[in-house]
Amino acid sequence: MKKPSMSQVMLAFAAPLAAAVVSIVISSLAVLASKKSPIDAYKTMWEFGTQAGSLLEVLNTATPYYIAAIAIAVTFRAGLFNIGVEGQLRLGALFSAYLGAKFVLPPIFHVLAVFLIAMTVGGIWAAIAAYLKVKRGVSEVISTIMLNSLAGGLTSFLFSQYFAEITEGSNNLTTKTLPESARMPDLMPLLNKLGVEDQPGGGVYGMLLVAAALGVAFWFIVNRTRFGFELRASGANPIAARVSGVNSKRMVFYALVISGAIAGLSGLPAVLGDTHSYTMGFRSGIGFSAIAVALLGRNGAVGMAFSALLFGFLEVSSRSLELIDIAPETYVIMQGSILLSSVIAYEVVRRYKITLQSKELAKAVA
Amino acid sequence: MKLKSTKLLLNATLLILVLSIIRLITGASDLTSIGTASAALLLSVPIVLAGVGGLFSERSGVVNIGLEGMMILGAWAGGFIGSKHGPWLGLAAAIFFGAVGALVHAVATITFGVDHVVSGVAINIIAAGLVRYLSTLLYQGGSWPGPSQSPDISSIATNGLPVLSGGTYAGWHSPDILTPLAEKHWFFISDVAAILRGLTGDLSYVTVVAIAVVPLSFFILWKTSFGLRLRSAGEAPIAAESLGVNVYLMKYAGVLISGGLAGLGGGFLAIVAANHYQENQVAGRGYIGLAALLFGNYRPGGILAGAGLFGFADALQLRDSAAIHALILLIVLVLAYLVYRDIRKGKHVSAAISAIMSAAFLWFYLAVDVLPGQLVTMTPYIATLLVMSLASQRLRMPAADGIPYRRGGLR
Amino acid sequence: MSVAVELRHISKRFPGVIANKDVSMKVETGTVHALVGENGAGKSTVMKILYGMQRPDGGEILVNGQAVNFKNPNDAIDASIGMVHQHFMLADNFTVLENIILGAEPKHGITIDFAAARKKVADMSAAYGLDVDPDILVEELGVGQRQRVEILKVLYRGARILIFDEPTAVLVPQEVDDLFNALKGLRAEGMAIIFISHKLDEVLRVADDVTVVRAGSTVAEVKSKDVTARQLAELMVGSELPQPTTHGDTRRPEITLALKDVSIPTKSGSRDLISHISFDLHAGEVIGIAGVEGNGQAELVEAIMGLREYTGQIEFKGENIDHFTVAHRHDAGIGLIPEDRQRQGLMMASPLWENRILGHQRSKPVMRGFVLDKKATIADTRTIMQEFDVRAPGPQTLAAALSGGNQQKFIVGREMSKAPSLLVASHPTRGVDVGAQAAIWEELRRAREKGMAVVLISADLEELIGMSDRLLVMLRGAITAQLDPQKTTPEQLGSAMTGAK
Repeated sequence: MKKPSMSQVMLAFAAPLAAAVVSIVISSLAVLASKKSPIDAYKTMWEFGTQAGSLLEVLNTATPYYIAAIAIAVTFRAGLFNIGVEGQLRLGALFSAYLGAKFVLPPIFHVLAVFLIAMTVGGIWAAIAAYLKVKRGVSEVISTIMLNSLAGGLTSFLFSQYFAEITEGSNNLTTKTLPESARMPDLMPLLNKLGVEDQPGGGVYGMLLVAAALGVAFWFIVNRTRFGFELRASGANPIAARVSGVNSKRMVFYALVISGAIAGLSGLPAVLGDTHSYTMGFRSGIGFSAIAVALLGRNGAVGMAFSALLFGFLEVSSRSLELIDIAPETYVIMQGSILLSSVIAYEVVRRYKITLQSKELAKAVA
Repeated sequence: MKLKSTKLLLNATLLILVLSIIRLITGASDLTSIGTASAALLLSVPIVLAGVGGLFSERSGVVNIGLEGMMILGAWAGGFIGSKHGPWLGLAAAIFFGAVGALVHAVATITFGVDHVVSGVAINIIAAGLVRYLSTLLYQGGSWPGPSQSPDISSIATNGLPVLSGGTYAGWHSPDILTPLAEKHWFFISDVAAILRGLTGDLSYVTVVAIAVVPLSFFILWKTSFGLRLRSAGEAPIAAESLGVNVYLMKYAGVLISGGLAGLGGGFLAIVAANHYQENQVAGRGYIGLAALLFGNYRPGGILAGAGLFGFADALQLRDSAAIHALILLIVLVLAYLVYRDIRKGKHVSAAISAIMSAAFLWFYLAVDVLPGQLVTMTPYIATLLVMSLASQRLRMPAADGIPYRRGGLR
Repeated sequence: MSVAVELRHISKRFPGVIANKDVSMKVETGTVHALVGENGAGKSTVMKILYGMQRPDGGEILVNGQAVNFKNPNDAIDASIGMVHQHFMLADNFTVLENIILGAEPKHGITIDFAAARKKVADMSAAYGLDVDPDILVEELGVGQRQRVEILKVLYRGARILIFDEPTAVLVPQEVDDLFNALKGLRAEGMAIIFISHKLDEVLRVADDVTVVRAGSTVAEVKSKDVTARQLAELMVGSELPQPTTHGDTRRPEITLALKDVSIPTKSGSRDLISHISFDLHAGEVIGIAGVEGNGQAELVEAIMGLREYTGQIEFKGENIDHFTVAHRHDAGIGLIPEDRQRQGLMMASPLWENRILGHQRSKPVMRGFVLDKKATIADTRTIMQEFDVRAPGPQTLAAALSGGNQQKFIVGREMSKAPSLLVASHPTRGVDVGAQAAIWEELRRAREKGMAVVLISADLEELIGMSDRLLVMLRGAITAQLDPQKTTPEQLGSAMTGAK
């Protein structure tokens, strides 16, 4: 195999770079619109965001994004689109917090049991969409969107009517606190050993390690196994995949259910690492941001890790904008413009690559 | 054509008959009340607009999941401009903002060939984020009462169908024949009267315009050369190109019209259905509009029927949860019909599944007296899923829908 | 007679490919002028240029003596040029009438004047003998009728210069006769007709003049009465055309494939897609399936491959395989060259080595256990590329970058690499150049001698007759005739295909 040429390396970076430039321009315009200096904004964000405490928080923010993005990428690679991660992760978090507090197991097993609950619930919820797609021909895009709304209603119903208890001394509803054995250990002691000092405001979710392991597993299964090949083939050309012997209906089912199961896990970082229960303030929108993370990361294990960290960084660091009277919501504009400009840039580069290859081909044949 | 309208009338009569029977059994009078019919109409309008918007886009070959985002932009613009410059300008701004969102979708999908669903979802995410950002700015600037709510918008005048449903014409107050009839609670007759009164009385002018979009879209798409060319871009773009049709132009037109209509639908939500913009006002109606489009098999009349169905479900859940409870009985009946159909076709397994589900719903109906609020709000989404699962297999989508197109058939 | 169209030194380059180097031709009014050349010689490109779909990099186009510069098909249509495309340019979900008037709709105020359009189309149909119902959906039409719609489309726009791009490729001989009669009628009306083809006997039958292109350049302009098919072939490819032939009887006693009463019923309960198909295929035998497209050949392939549910039994090497999945059948030793290589056989956006895996993802050399062996796959891909002369830089090249002929050779190589006992070959040489065609035929011959059984489906009647040991004719889903290829002419086969006695 030949080493990648200089132009190929350049091409690989061209798209993200172009996307970054465009999104900086758009975000700057947004800041300018509120009559503030974009330079000040970026400087403040950078200074705040690169503090050690902020960086740890970036990791915590990025962890659920990454897991959820993997869930979405599984379907993307198969030519499907699971928009329902938001609902799957919410139900997964609720049930695992509620059921996980009902029993006691030895430490590691208890955590694994909680994982299993979250994955089962997420998988079952996604299986509805899979069933509708395979048996009734309903587009998974529409059905998962509807299932998101249903999951929202269902969780608030179950939570408020059956699962929640009122915490003493406040009006907050939460589920029963998970026992010690069902919690994910914090990574801070580990980081201490690596020379990172304790930071005010807390530690690092243990789920970070699970996310990393998932990323490796995702890469290996998709790129190096028969199942992964058949998944990708179904995405690249579903008809040819079927002709080659892939059971396309089963593949749709597997992809969506696996995606739902992973999505179920993505609701756990906060539950197992921070609140130890499902609360009213459960963070919403992870499943939607994760779509952007997956798209920006080209559905690759490494790319999505970078984009999850980027999104986490933007979100955490933009809080500092309040100090200079800029709306922190600016980060939404940044994320949105990065998303849109990157999908366009990737497409442009893809077309250019085919042209380039045709030229190489002509040279080789001539 | 004649046959079609006869059949339509027959089906409508049948539906009302079933509803009045259920009303009699359950005593849920709101099932067929004037208020429900009028609310159903009001809630159908944004879905009709989104659905017809989707029709233009998908008939030109561009899948438009971004309808939701375009509606969000329209709703926000309706609240922003409407509260400043009055409702009519607000609606114009809604159309404009929806079209701007559509322009982004068009540039990404048509010019750059980005996957249509990806671009659409990106637009939904961006639209939601953008209006949140802008609302926050306005709130911080002191001109909005909250970071998620616009000031109130003055309302648009309403009128009714003369003679039957009241209303005022050049100072003449029309009689209102249907209302007293509806109040008699006669079986079937009062139900029909109430529904007619609800659909034709106290209509906002905008509602009339919006409903007129349905026949207008049929006329444009099937009777004019612009429509023929637009549809050709969705059916066989390369053939169209070979005959000198500017396929890019047609697709841009389709997507922009789509965005304008979706924006109007959003504006309608803020200005007519409510009297201010509120975050999450759209709440998936863009997607439901898309579902109505699929239910209607890419035809304007079908979209109207689908939107009516969703509007009805939405109206019931907003007005009266007892009526939704009664509606469970309707589900039981529909499932029972499916059992009958499957047995006749010899499909015993699916008949058994339907029978079990029917029994489960019947049990649920008998066991629960009042549905909790959180579950009631799920009605339109469940309706969408049910309808899609029944309608999806007979779909005939435009042949080149969703396929990126490049001049000269390049990849 | 005057010159209707003149092309002078047309050149056109695509990214990396020179489609036209130097094409010149002169077409007179009231003649049929053939443009011949093998697949990939640049015929279609030059016609797309003349029709305004592409713009030339160099050269001149003169229409009726005037230099023209077409930016798009509209300009060409305005200059009264019309084109009947090889792949029909029709919207299936539109009526015949809608297809014909699209882009040139008669108006009545702001609406389309359908009544006027219908009358004009009816008049034209009658005048040129191109009978077709204007209000029927195109999807309900057969191939011959679709072509009529294409011709009407062109005439409707008042074309006087008509381009026919490979019009006979999908027609049976009788339909070809009808078409040629229509062409003669149009010629008598004083129209100029450009007839693109690589079927030389047809060219000599219908054309007055012939222009030959090879590798993007005009190499000869001759009168058809002055040349023979052999001379034209030599001008076209520089040597004799390859002939589809097999040598001797290599049939072995064992039966590789046996179909017993195989049918595919439709859900709606109307006529079966294929009905009661039975035949035995021996090792070392090629069975040719003839039939007008859409008469059940595709469904037959799907049944054999397990892609569709059927009734009846299929036996492979003596074993009943009805319960085998698609994957199982591949692995048991059935190879498939699919009808549409891009849609059914390749992942266009993936590199060749990944395409190598497709259909073989369950066994060596691609897999090592359940893990994909990338190194071995790439090495094996390179071997296939060498053995089958797939011209591309390497296994990393995207499938989309290859020419049609090279894609097809790659697919043949991929399927042959597992030495299948049975090869189902659907249109194995459709749209490939002469070199690739000869290579593919040679490969089939060699494998046949080694005992491979072949189900050959083709629209090229000479290929069917030349390569098959036995011919079965399919009509409306059933086998209606069995013929001995050595005693069958294309005309007889064509008659059998249309059900004519």
